Amino acid sequence: MELNASLSLVRPEIVLSFSALALLLLAAWREQAGRLISILSVGALVAAAAFVFAFMAKGTDVLAFDGLLVNDAFGNFAKILVYIAAAISLIIAPRFLEKTGAMRAEYPVLILLSCIGMGVMVSATDLISLYIGLELQSLSAYVLASFARSDGRSAEAGLKYFVLGALASGMLLYGASLVYGFAGSTSFAAIGSAMNGEVGLGLIFGIVFILSGLAFKISAAPFHMWTPDVYEGAPTPVTAFFASAPKVAAIALTIRIVLEAFGSQIFVWQQIIIAVALMSIIIGAVGAIGQQNLKRLMAYSSINNVGFILIGLATGTEQGIAAMLVYLTIYVAMTLGSFVCLMQLKDKDGGYREEFADISGLSKTRPALAAAFAIFMFSLAGIPPLFGFWGKLVVFNAAVAAGLLPLAVIGIAASAIGAFYYLKVVKVMYFDDAADVIAQSDDKVLVWTGGLLAAANSPLGYFAIPALGVWTAYAARALF
Amino acid sequence: MNAADIPILSIMLAIPVVAAAFCLFVRAEKARLIALVATLANLALGVVLWLSYDPAGAQWQFTEAATLFGPIGWRLGIDGISLTLIMLSVFLMPICIGASWTSIQKRVGEYMAAFLLMETLMIGVFAAQDLLLFYIFFEAGLIPMYLIIGIWGGQDRIYASYKFFLYTLLGSLVMLIAMLWMIQFAGTADIPTLLNTDFPVEAQKWLWFAFFASFAVKMPMWPVHTWLPDAHVQAPTAGSVILAGVLLKMGGYGFLRFSLPMFPEASADFIPLVFGLSMVAVVYTSLVALVQQDMKKLIAYSSVAHMAIVTIGLFTFNQQGIEGAIIVMLSHGLVSGALFLCVGVIYDRLHTREISRYGGLSVNMPKYALLFMLFTMASVGLPGTSGFVGEFLSLAGAYKVSTWATLIATTGIILGAGYMLYLYRRIAFGPQVNADAAAMSDVNGREMWLLAPIAVVVLWMGVYPETFLAPIRRDVATIVARVERAAPAGDSKIKLVDPTTAPYRVVHGPEKNMAEGSH
Repeated sequence: MELNASLSLVRPEIVLSFSALALLLLAAWREQAGRLISILSVGALVAAAAFVFAFMAKGTDVLAFDGLLVNDAFGNFAKILVYIAAAISLIIAPRFLEKTGAMRAEYPVLILLSCIGMGVMVSATDLISLYIGLELQSLSAYVLASFARSDGRSAEAGLKYFVLGALASGMLLYGASLVYGFAGSTSFAAIGSAMNGEVGLGLIFGIVFILSGLAFKISAAPFHMWTPDVYEGAPTPVTAFFASAPKVAAIALTIRIVLEAFGSQIFVWQQIIIAVALMSIIIGAVGAIGQQNLKRLMAYSSINNVGFILIGLATGTEQGIAAMLVYLTIYVAMTLGSFVCLMQLKDKDGGYREEFADISGLSKTRPALAAAFAIFMFSLAGIPPLFGFWGKLVVFNAAVAAGLLPLAVIGIAASAIGAFYYLKVVKVMYFDDAADVIAQSDDKVLVWTGGLLAAANSPLGYFAIPALGVWTAYAARALF
Repeated sequence: MNAADIPILSIMLAIPVVAAAFCLFVRAEKARLIALVATLANLALGVVLWLSYDPAGAQWQFTEAATLFGPIGWRLGIDGISLTLIMLSVFLMPICIGASWTSIQKRVGEYMAAFLLMETLMIGVFAAQDLLLFYIFFEAGLIPMYLIIGIWGGQDRIYASYKFFLYTLLGSLVMLIAMLWMIQFAGTADIPTLLNTDFPVEAQKWLWFAFFASFAVKMPMWPVHTWLPDAHVQAPTAGSVILAGVLLKMGGYGFLRFSLPMFPEASADFIPLVFGLSMVAVVYTSLVALVQQDMKKLIAYSSVAHMAIVTIGLFTFNQQGIEGAIIVMLSHGLVSGALFLCVGVIYDRLHTREISRYGGLSVNMPKYALLFMLFTMASVGLPGTSGFVGEFLSLAGAYKVSTWATLIATTGIILGAGYMLYLYRRIAFGPQVNADAAAMSDVNGREMWLLAPIAVVVLWMGVYPETFLAPIRRDVATIVARVERAAPAGDSKIKLVDPTTAPYRVVHGPEKNMAEGSH
């Protein structure tokens, strides 16, 4: 009976697991069915999302499997976001991968497996389940990074990701073992109560190691080094996936462990988060300036954005967490949109381009694509009236409310540095002479997804503010 | 009032946006026409706004409120100060479209769309009654202006566009943090409420500085003015007009709307800073203007000098000074806009801004020379033109506070006469040394339609400024009353004597009797 109750709380993960297995079988029989399997995977994600919605409507906050997982509004919000990001990554991928000859039926299956891992990550309330979720997600990601097997860069990206990811997992595990040793339990709640009162050096070490491992997963500085290489090497749809769904899951996981396990000792981790946030903002902004490759640029942009998101965590308040979720939602739309634009950069021979020189004067030859790309860039830079501004605003508002004025001022001043390279993209597309290497896009799916995401990032997105505010506040409340 | 039922401000904001969307999808000729019709429609609505505005009515009129965007309130409304600046914007916009009619040939649709979006954002800045909404309009203007300078600008347009964008962005971002703090302190983003919120004196200093960072750059004040000459020189003619005509006024409007009434004590504390920077600006930029070889650069530096008189006028804390500052803003908006148009007229013919390439234009372009002279004189501040009224009032106001600042600022007017007359002499008078310049045709009908309306308003404002002072008087008085508790003592020791009770009036028997009889 107890098991049944627990199982009913992980219905989305069960749906995804069975779908992944069934589709894997199908893939074994019909190797060329990549597109069909992609569509079916999107269907599986929709079904899983429907279960999550049902939980959200009921407003559950229940532990499953003797406290290994929790089914609460926060985890459910993160799951929805993860599923949407994964579904978009699935929708945009097939044509691109077919063109480069890398499309295989395992691609959607790996994304589904990764989604299961992420579902576990965002609802883990125990160091063990945390690690299982993280590894399931990471292992799928390593394979995805090297998915274009014939491409040397892709293979390199996969290997780099794997080696460095393993290192990070090691650090995380070491931290987890220290925390377990000094707190006497792997459950977040028990660690939380063990941390009430004096915190010993061993626990602090454990926290630092855990946070370092997680910083790697969310590509926050100073553990960001893998990001540009992996983003550049991995096939673009995979990069789009990396930049969106796993980031949501890893950030949600970080939020949960920090607040539920270490929440009572804010002074232990707050300074770490502040340092990591500022470093990410500045390194993300400065590192991007010299880049010639647009995917590398997007990698630095994601480092930069993670920094802004972490400002919300540094506040340690309910408002701050809600702000992070708002920012994450908008960030997913911005970053996926940018990658959809990048995927349309195809020259007349059908080869994919990703350098600055290729988009020179793009607004003359492909005005709609350039306009969409410009919207994403201004949105990422946080310039009003684009929707990205709202994300930055709520995060800084939370920082101001929590009294972290110096952090807010430094962070926002550094965002002007970031604006510089986003502007450079616009400058190259709009002010420079036309290079005329990019052909008309023949992929209607990309055009439509790009258009919809651009509309979401335009001032039209402001209409979503009230709903977004309600949902994120509801989700954040579950952690306090 | 029946106009209150129609959301006229929202309509004025919507028309350009809709027109801009259309412009993107049609051919060049159609785009020009759509833009012209849209801006003229907005001008007509502006006139309606002006006529139905009641100077004696409520402080905030045409108010609208909707909660579409959660914490960002769609709250609009105007007082007299906003009204005059909105009028300035909608008046200059059709002229900008006209000025670009033939000189812009590439990517016309996008160009017109950018200008139309600019118009919406300008009106929005002056009409917003929500702090966040104001910020969005204020900051969003960067995007179209960046594109206008970068795509349709001159040789060094890319450098200029970056400089414009990053300078103004950095200034505004700090202001955003201050705004968030204020909203949390007061519990509302409603500007009319914030105007009557007393912030702690210690916090005011920081808030004032944060707002100053933004408005001083926008204004622009010395030493953060350096983006302006670059942006002006590189922008297309209409871009310069809108930049000088309206965008710079956003800085002055910001000081007037936020810095002064929200932080009176801090404003009073920082008078020496503002006056100091303004004095340097007046003298320094006037001297720099004197040696310019490039017409647009010269006018750009003169803008900095004029804006310094605005800041001096604003921080006088008295009715005359602030009214004068607003009139200088309006006048400078018209005059510098017209001067940039004058430069554009001859630039379109000879494609150079080098002053030395022209000369003796009064011979072959008499009508042009006449108009150009009028605007030169207005820029110098000749009585009878709009420039005189504003400068006189703001300096008269400044005299009550600081005789030294007034003295230095007044030298700026002398220097201003120097560089403007020198410019005019080199362009319109003297021998016709350049054959191609001598062969240029006089202003055509279209150009006449652009310059003549401005000339009329400049003279109107100069001869009968009451039209423009009437709507702002009460709102300026409100601000003065608000800041009175912090008003500086002043060093001129003026003894104000009420003429009706002055002792010499007593000796006139009949008048005294009359006064008594009236009781």
